[in-house]
Amino acid sequence: MSVLEIKDLHVSVETDQGTKQILHGVNLTINEGEIHAIMGPNGSGKSTLAYTIAGHPKYTVDSGSILLDGEEVTTMTVDQRARAGLFLAMQYPVEIPGVTVTNFLRTAKTAIDGSAPPIRTWIKDVRESMKQLRMDKSFAERNVNEGFSGGEKKRNEILQLELLKPKFAVLDETDSGLDVDALKIVSEGVNRAKENTGLGLLLITHYTRILRYIKPDFVHVFVDGRIAEQGGPELADRLEDEGYDRFLTESNVG
Amino acid sequence: MSAASAQLNSSPTTTDAATEALPTAEQHGIKEHSDGRFGYVPVQTRSDRFKSVNVTDFAAVTGREAVWKLSPVKKFADLTAGVLDGSVYPIHASDVAGVSVDWVDRADPRIGSAGAPEERASANAWSSFEKALAITISGEEAKEVTVTRAGLGSGARGAHTIIEARPFSRAILILENTGEARLTENVEIILGEAANLTVVSLQEWGDTAVHLTNHFATIGRDARLKHVVVTLGGSIVRVNPSVQLAGIGSDTELFGLYFADADQHLEQQVFVNHIAPNTRSRVTYKGALQGKGARTVWIGDVLIGREAAGTDSYEQNRNLVLTEGTRADSIPNLEIETGDITGAGHASATGRFDDEQLFYLQSRGITEDEARRLVVRGFLSEIVQQIGSPLLEERLQAAVEAELTATKDN
Ligand SMILES: Nc1ncnc2c1ncn2[C@@H]1O[C@H](COP(=O)(O)OP(=O)(O)OP(=O)(O)O)[C@@H](O)[C@H]1O
Ligand SMILES: [Mg+2]
Repeated sequence: MSVLEIKDLHVSVETDQGTKQILHGVNLTINEGEIHAIMGPNGSGKSTLAYTIAGHPKYTVDSGSILLDGEEVTTMTVDQRARAGLFLAMQYPVEIPGVTVTNFLRTAKTAIDGSAPPIRTWIKDVRESMKQLRMDKSFAERNVNEGFSGGEKKRNEILQLELLKPKFAVLDETDSGLDVDALKIVSEGVNRAKENTGLGLLLITHYTRILRYIKPDFVHVFVDGRIAEQGGPELADRLEDEGYDRFLTESNVG
Repeated sequence: MSAASAQLNSSPTTTDAATEALPTAEQHGIKEHSDGRFGYVPVQTRSDRFKSVNVTDFAAVTGREAVWKLSPVKKFADLTAGVLDGSVYPIHASDVAGVSVDWVDRADPRIGSAGAPEERASANAWSSFEKALAITISGEEAKEVTVTRAGLGSGARGAHTIIEARPFSRAILILENTGEARLTENVEIILGEAANLTVVSLQEWGDTAVHLTNHFATIGRDARLKHVVVTLGGSIVRVNPSVQLAGIGSDTELFGLYFADADQHLEQQVFVNHIAPNTRSRVTYKGALQGKGARTVWIGDVLIGREAAGTDSYEQNRNLVLTEGTRADSIPNLEIETGDITGAGHASATGRFDDEQLFYLQSRGITEDEARRLVVRGFLSEIVQQIGSPLLEERLQAAVEAELTATKDN
């Protein structure tokens, strides 16, 4: 049974105006097979949390820790974290010139598994996943994310999620920019991945609409760099009705 | 296209990685520039440039001349102004039926038939060589021949090479360059009717080598030249291919692959002259830059002449910037003197491999070294795959890998 624990995490970023504290003590435990939704207003630090888990060099962990099955993650390199079983579906996936999707997927899979995947089953798996995500075959030969639409980039992230089979995945606003059909397709992909591998999910979102397709076990309200409240799926419905005002006022006062 | 004489002179793109603002949340991968903007720039028609085989007809090089303005001319004054050793040098050529490799004297009638110098280093070589190396290809069967120069030494040299593909002949010719050199030279490539020749010029010089070369090609009726310039090693390497599509239905594909690392200057000035009707050209040059002071220059001139109805032409240059502190110049020019063409276009783009791309690849388990290799290999393999010699392709892939491993710490 795998577990991802985030303990009293404080994170800052260097800006032109000096060091800026963004996360002020985040505590969160995700067990294998659980879906946690993080909801919060713009600028509250959701992406910062996601990037910090993945190890983006811009973010500095000032204190606290992230443990994957008891192992400290914050001292690992970005690629070590991925090989340990962490995955981040990015809010803004990056274009990689000169590298085809096929080549990229095979290289990543080889890196994560420690050996090249058996060619036959691999090709079949890639095709199958692409088909289910309604990605045209031609994407395989295109450069990673180059000229992809916003929705296509998000599908490509979920394609990787399905194929790389992490233990824990952070999905940073995977729903934003998707129309209803694409949202369904992408959600199905996430649910498939969870069924097949039993991964734990941290689902970052602004809106409740993705939660209609991916059912969270827990909902956390993220405000001003920390979790302000947590509950079950019903909390999402309440947020939908009331918005974040209640929390914002509190944080402004405090 | 109706203009009788249109000068499509796209604004040159210079990417100076040291001074460019970086990065943003979204994309900073590729800066695309494709044309469509028809700027009428009054420059001299490319084919009207002054030519002479006599070095004294050229004024001393200042570095302000159009052909020199992006080159570090002070570093090779010996080649533009000094006395050159024009004697024969050791070569090694594989023994292949249908290919002869000999030293011929200056009276050989082929000399001067494909072109003439347009600048002083070229003319200096022309004035200095004692004998020309002549590679003559005949026979319709496919064949591959490699000519290697490895021992040119460190003194200033001038040289001349003739490559003649007789009518209907067919071959892949690989010119290999390694070791030390301070060399200025001219290479004439003459394709007879319906000849099919691939010339691969491979610059894998030692670290201090300086090499200035002009390849003048003239292509006969229905003949086809594939010309591949691969430059990996050397301090200053400047390869300027100039191709005259002189025969009706002649065709050329010009490929270039260069990898500049710290303090290397790699330059190529490409000229394709569509003279005869129904000619076709494709120019594709790709370069990677890595390390402080890595510098590349690509200038691509295409001239579609008055008689060249039915021309089909496209040229492109792409650069991949791997680290800060590099500079890539990329200048495509298209000049059209006839209204009746099938197609003409150009593109130039300089993309950078940056921290966000690195993070993305690493976040998928790929190590930093491998991420760089992945990107460069992918980017350059398009050119390698064009060569048509599996052995050479494999060798070049390996050379690119070695280049990456050798320079990653710069
Ligand atoms: N690299 C950075 N440089 C400067 N400021 C940053 C950086 N990254 C984050 N910030 C700041 O930290 C705060 C939190 O940003 P973050 O992107 O984590 O928010 P978010 O909750 O993901 O917002 P959104 O809902 O808009 O995606 C913001 O004020 C943001 O401007
Ligand atoms: Mg965000």
